[in-house]
Amino acid sequence: MPSAPDTQDLDAVSIRAAILDPSRANPPTVAGPRGKQAVKRFNVYRNNVTVSLIEALVDIFPAVGRIAGPTLFRDMAREFVRAHPPSSPLLFLYGHEFPTFIETFEHAARMPYLADVARVERAWLTAYHAADLEPLAPQALAAIDPEHLGDATFTTHPATALVRSSYAAFDIFDANRTSDPVGKIDASRPQNVLVTRPGTEVTVIALPDGHEAFFETLLSGGTLGEAAQAGMEAAGTFDINDAIGGILSTGAFIAAQAAN
Amino acid sequence: MSKATKTVFSGAVLAGAVAAAISGAQLVTATDAAAANVKCYGVAMAGQNDCAAGPGTTCQGTSKVDYQGNSWKYVEEGTCTSMELPGGRMGSLEPLERDMPA
Amino acid sequence: MGRTVLSHPPQAAPATPAPSRFAARTARIPASAGVGFKHTHLDAILADRDPVGFLEVHAENYMGDGGFPHRALERVRQDFPLSLHGVCMSIGGPQPLSADHLSRFKSLVDRYEPALISEHLAWSTHDEVFMNDLLPLPYTEATLDHVCEHIDRMQDVIGRQMLLENPSTYVVFENSTMSETDFIREIVCRTGCGLLLDVNNVFVSATNHGYSPMSYLMDYPMEHVGEIHLAGHSVQEDDEGEPLLIDSHDAPVANAVWDLYAIVVKQAGPIPTLIEWDSDLPDWPVLRSEAAAADRILDEAAHSFMMGKSHGRTGHAVGS
Repeated sequence: MPSAPDTQDLDAVSIRAAILDPSRANPPTVAGPRGKQAVKRFNVYRNNVTVSLIEALVDIFPAVGRIAGPTLFRDMAREFVRAHPPSSPLLFLYGHEFPTFIETFEHAARMPYLADVARVERAWLTAYHAADLEPLAPQALAAIDPEHLGDATFTTHPATALVRSSYAAFDIFDANRTSDPVGKIDASRPQNVLVTRPGTEVTVIALPDGHEAFFETLLSGGTLGEAAQAGMEAAGTFDINDAIGGILSTGAFIAAQAAN
Repeated sequence: MSKATKTVFSGAVLAGAVAAAISGAQLVTATDAAAANVKCYGVAMAGQNDCAAGPGTTCQGTSKVDYQGNSWKYVEEGTCTSMELPGGRMGSLEPLERDMPA
Repeated sequence: MGRTVLSHPPQAAPATPAPSRFAARTARIPASAGVGFKHTHLDAILADRDPVGFLEVHAENYMGDGGFPHRALERVRQDFPLSLHGVCMSIGGPQPLSADHLSRFKSLVDRYEPALISEHLAWSTHDEVFMNDLLPLPYTEATLDHVCEHIDRMQDVIGRQMLLENPSTYVVFENSTMSETDFIREIVCRTGCGLLLDVNNVFVSATNHGYSPMSYLMDYPMEHVGEIHLAGHSVQEDDEGEPLLIDSHDAPVANAVWDLYAIVVKQAGPIPTLIEWDSDLPDWPVLRSEAAAADRILDEAAHSFMMGKSHGRTGHAVGS
């Protein structure tokens, strides 16, 4: 149980502050052995914390790292870990604020697509660790009375995420997640990306036009009828057959509910 | 919204679409269907594997020293020069002074 | 709060064997060498005709809801005994342990039935900020109370004995009032926890603080050790230009650490021993050969330990 502050001999507040801000002096109780100095000694902790968190971001955002190059990426990551240290000991949950941080990071302004690529990578890791749930079975969809299909709603699989982008987020992500050479990419082509995990493998696809509106409506709890309408309004080429096929083939949902 | 919906997509249209979607996946599980259809439906991820599994915890120190401040001396590295943007901008790492707000 | 002293894991009681999903041979860890399980070695581990004695994982890496990590762990758990090594419980911190984290840990214990469970004498979380390093603490009466409360709590939740690992440290605290070995002995006495002796950590801390690793081991309550860790370290310099060792787990075990290890197991008897290699991972045969080297030392120790016992020498019972 928490002890009174005056019995806390571990000055965790000072240590934490000094670790996350290297311009601060060492915490007062920290020393070297036998009268030795502790500047380099305490810096070991500063370094361990900073580098291990930078490496965590390197592992979560490999494509962003490859696009930006290691120097810029590590500079950006170093500032991020000090401004946004993790709140959970589960490092695979880290970095949800990193895409927004990239957007506001002046030195990455020449790569306006970078934040959306980061969003796809963050969604990839969430999908990777998501619960093992069977996607919606075709039979479950077939079982809904056709009269009520328009009012049906869907339960999202915990792996599923939609990233809407004004840039070619999928093409850039896809080309940079491997070590294969990257050819010229038209970054200005808007792409919407759906991340799912129907089995053990994470699946990342670029959605056909209109499907982003269709999926967005379903993911936010809208009905199938509303989703179809939204898809139609978003793109003249929207095909309801393809879209409903996508509900099954992507594994984005785990259940369908007929209206009451 | 639902009124407008019904004028565009009747129950019969949706039911037909469901039937069409299911006919391709009738004898397989949704998981199999996802694996089989993903290439037709969108652009499948190429070469993705579990090596990019994200970070693990550490219970060790690091021998790589990299905690100090940024120098902002850029070297041309990374693949950003492959990404083409309107106006011929390529996202390259040129000196910041050029078109950054002061 | 009452203390539960658990001298041995409850499931060891012969009258009520807990039903296990796993083969009986994987329930206990033999006094042999194991390795830290990395997914890149999965296929090689399963294909190896000379399997290691056990595998150890960091608990936190398996606290996700599902996906590949659990598939991989389920698979190796079919063939190997498991050691569950927590790295983020923050037992050495002043704040109460996270109920969420304890609950996640307990779920893993129930799901994977590890033969050994361990955590660190260190802290990493404070005020909801997680620093991803094993940070040091002063050794005082107040910090001793905190650590013992936290170990009691953890053992209560998991219903098992845990092993506490000695840290590698780079600084000392001016307000410490007792030695690390006295601190650890008192923890064992109060909580009934066992110990994970990291021999590399002993060598790293002894070098960094200018004392003899042998004097540390002489003061250390060896009879409570249930597992040993071995790892590689790297060398930097302190402010005075003298060696400052970093516990980096990115290299083979150093010769000086092998020598200390041989002394430890000769005195304490054979104990399950883990090779930790967490950065700059080698190919499987390199890691396997490190484990084989530990096995050779364990075999020699088993021989001389038995001989010593048969000649009436006082031997220490080795913890589970």
